[in-house]
Amino acid sequence: MIDIQSVTKRYGGKAVVDAVSFSVPEGSIAVLVGTSGSGKTTLLRMINQLVSQDEGAILIGGEDTRGIPGHELRRRIGYAIQGHGLFPHRTVAENIATVPRLLKWERSRIDAKVAELLTLFQLDPALYADRYPHQLSGGQQQRVGVARALAAEPKILLMDEPFGALDPVLRGTAQDELLAIQKRFGTTIVIVTHDINEAFHLGDTIAVMDKGKLLQYGHPIDLLKTPATPFVEGLVGTFDRPFRLLSLGTIASVVEPGDAPGEPIGIDKTQQEALAALMWAGAQVLPVTAEDGAKLGRVRLETLLGQAIRPQ
Amino acid sequence: MKFWPLIPRLILLSLLIAFLVSPESFEFLFKPLVQANAPAIYNQGSLASLTLLHVRMVFFATCAATIVAVALAILVTRPFGAEFLPLARTVVNIGQTFPPVAVLALAVPAMGFGNGPTLVALFLYALLPVFENTMTALTTVPRAISDAAKGNGMTALQTFWQVELPLSLPMIVGGIKISTVIGFGTATIGSTVAAKTLGEVIIAGLNSNNLAFILQGALLVAALAILVFDLLSMLERSLMKWKAA
Amino acid sequence: MLMAAIVLAATLFLPFVVVKPNRILQGQGRSLAESLAPWAGTALTLALLLVALSLIFRLPTGVKLVITMVSLAATILALGGAAHAQLPPGNSYARVSPGSGFWLLLFGLSLATIDVIARLKPSPQFRLLLLLIAAIVIGGIFASGILSEISVIKEYSNRSDAFWAEMRRHVTLALGSMCLAFVLGVPIGVLCNRVKWLRASALNTLNILQTVPSIALFGLLILPLGWIAANIPGASAIGIAGIGVAPAFVALVLYSLLPVVANTVAGLENVPREANDAARGAGMTDMQRLVSIEFPLTFPSLLAAVRIVLIQNIGMATIAALIGGGGMGVFVFQGLGQSAMDLVLLGALPTVAMSFIAAIILGALVDFSTSPGTEARSA
Repeated sequence: MIDIQSVTKRYGGKAVVDAVSFSVPEGSIAVLVGTSGSGKTTLLRMINQLVSQDEGAILIGGEDTRGIPGHELRRRIGYAIQGHGLFPHRTVAENIATVPRLLKWERSRIDAKVAELLTLFQLDPALYADRYPHQLSGGQQQRVGVARALAAEPKILLMDEPFGALDPVLRGTAQDELLAIQKRFGTTIVIVTHDINEAFHLGDTIAVMDKGKLLQYGHPIDLLKTPATPFVEGLVGTFDRPFRLLSLGTIASVVEPGDAPGEPIGIDKTQQEALAALMWAGAQVLPVTAEDGAKLGRVRLETLLGQAIRPQ
Repeated sequence: MKFWPLIPRLILLSLLIAFLVSPESFEFLFKPLVQANAPAIYNQGSLASLTLLHVRMVFFATCAATIVAVALAILVTRPFGAEFLPLARTVVNIGQTFPPVAVLALAVPAMGFGNGPTLVALFLYALLPVFENTMTALTTVPRAISDAAKGNGMTALQTFWQVELPLSLPMIVGGIKISTVIGFGTATIGSTVAAKTLGEVIIAGLNSNNLAFILQGALLVAALAILVFDLLSMLERSLMKWKAA
Repeated sequence: MLMAAIVLAATLFLPFVVVKPNRILQGQGRSLAESLAPWAGTALTLALLLVALSLIFRLPTGVKLVITMVSLAATILALGGAAHAQLPPGNSYARVSPGSGFWLLLFGLSLATIDVIARLKPSPQFRLLLLLIAAIVIGGIFASGILSEISVIKEYSNRSDAFWAEMRRHVTLALGSMCLAFVLGVPIGVLCNRVKWLRASALNTLNILQTVPSIALFGLLILPLGWIAANIPGASAIGIAGIGVAPAFVALVLYSLLPVVANTVAGLENVPREANDAARGAGMTDMQRLVSIEFPLTFPSLLAAVRIVLIQNIGMATIAALIGGGGMGVFVFQGLGQSAMDLVLLGALPTVAMSFIAAIILGALVDFSTSPGTEARSA
């Protein structure tokens, strides 16, 4: 969906993005992670041509972005930023309607879309549509920011530290919300973050950047298995590698037939969560149930420990 | 609900109108201030028409200045005008050190007596606050917001009309407010160069040692300035409804 | 570009000086080339054309600064020269005034100088140094007598005693009222900071006071002060009177209160909460905290108030002349009354110069106090 082909951007002769290439498959989430000054935000802003590259090309659905007028390109791509960037003089509904209005949608269609998105983000339209941004809490502002980015049903969504201003509890909720929405619309998402936990939680693929260079791009498991450089290894953390590894898969793949006593674990939980439950209960084995409570089998501590061994 | 604060303003306004319509009915108030045979109410012209001329002059000068100043400020804050931004800032800073009286006095040699120099002085002096406020407002639109506008596919023109200008309006009105208040004062002094304004009343009083005249002129100008200041403050607040509670 | 065009137009097309048969009648314009001795006029015209050209090209800013400042000085010198050249000998009624060409040239060159200085982003020290140099050069030009034939200077030499007396009165009015405003305003500001409900009402009252036009306020004060003078024994003995300096002084104090109080409040509010907490934690009393923590941190804000108030007062003190308060306004209004524009200039130009100097000095001081060592904002 997004092809980045040896893209370079220089400021004052210094390359802030240096010959970076990778591609993001349709309907997946790619996370750009790195320290501040790594060039990740500049790279993101080149995808929607807020910044134009000096060398290389960026293709979206096979089309070179430089062939499309910038503002038209950006109307097709959702864009959400840290601190949300909501227009303070417009109501919540007007903020969300920004791009549809630029695209000259019909009034009724815009209203329906706004109501749909507000409901989706658990903001009652009757209550929130006519409020101004400053009347919302931080978490609500952030959700409106994402809703605005999604209003014109873009195929692609770019997010720059979208949850950076939220406290850890709200951030977790917002991340889960984003995953649900991504599943629902099948949007291709590129997210910039400096939080490696967020990267592992959200990313189908992760791109690690440092000093303008792309150090490694691949599935989260690849980063754990074969970190390309010491920098990547340090970033993913040697100390909690096994736990990260377990966090990448659900227990569906390790359930075995049979029964066990104790508090059951949901089938949709990650292996990491299951391990924690086993350790906390001091049990060798615990039962697994489906979402509706039906018994599906059991999971063993031993099996999970086996999963945490460095993959070959 | 927000009715009470309006009452003193309405009283002031009705007093002003009543005085202008029928100054004679207020004669008893001013009588004690003058010698027995001196007139207690300004008698060298109609107070109402001087008031209208005064307001008209301030209005035209401020309108013209607003148009020019806002246009200039927009120009120097666009990418192609950025070259002139530092110069514009400096000129504004220096311009503000020129006292209004000096501007008025210096306009006379160029234009002669009458309404002309006063209009020019009013215009020039009104330029600065509007220009400065517009420039400040336009250059301090938070980066996240203009970035979001662009990122959501607005063209430069759309960003300007839909985001930057509306966000700057309250501050622009604030500048107009300052200009207008200064304008009322400067127009009063304009009478020293024979402009037809309420200053005539005060100066006539000063010349003939008639306290009642001075007081009438002063009260009229003060009441007008306060009312207009208030009106523009209300406009400023209503433009900021998105910011207030 | 713009400035180059102004310089060009001024040099070539507009009258440089105006020669008048006496101080009130309309005069006749002479261009720069005509008004000097032939060789000097031509040379100067050519030199100014070169200056105009140099403004268009990208030269080092330092070079440009020297060029613009030298041509400013040359323009003023030329004015003096033109006056000597144009005046018919032995005719003491005839006057030579600067013409629109001179003013425009002065304006264009000043603008160019300001632009260059702004681009240099000078430090406060450098700005003060430039001011000193300019003062010395201009003072030298006046002292040398080159300008003695110019009409404004003639007006001055006719009444130099009165000039300096009114100047002193003007400065006393402006500075004295400012001092009193600080003596009254700072405690009010501290009080507003401590007592929340007081703040809104105090600031609103002062705000409304500022909307009252100065001339109206001067007029309004005549009444109560006149009453005090007549009814309170001893009041008139210390100079309180309905007309004259007293109402002007009181009005200036009233106008100055708003900036002083507002800046005190704003300054105190900007004192970091942590600093105050730390001071309390270290066991300071409220008074100690005010004196040793809050005031030092509020100082830049107060200095900014000095700047606002001083500039405002220098301008408004001009109006004091209307109610017999004296000051440079005396010349302005006398001149207006007699249609003698040179007299108006004699009053107005020093006023502008005073507020300009005050702005530069205080601007530099504000920069000193806020950002020691960091890059400074230009005047």
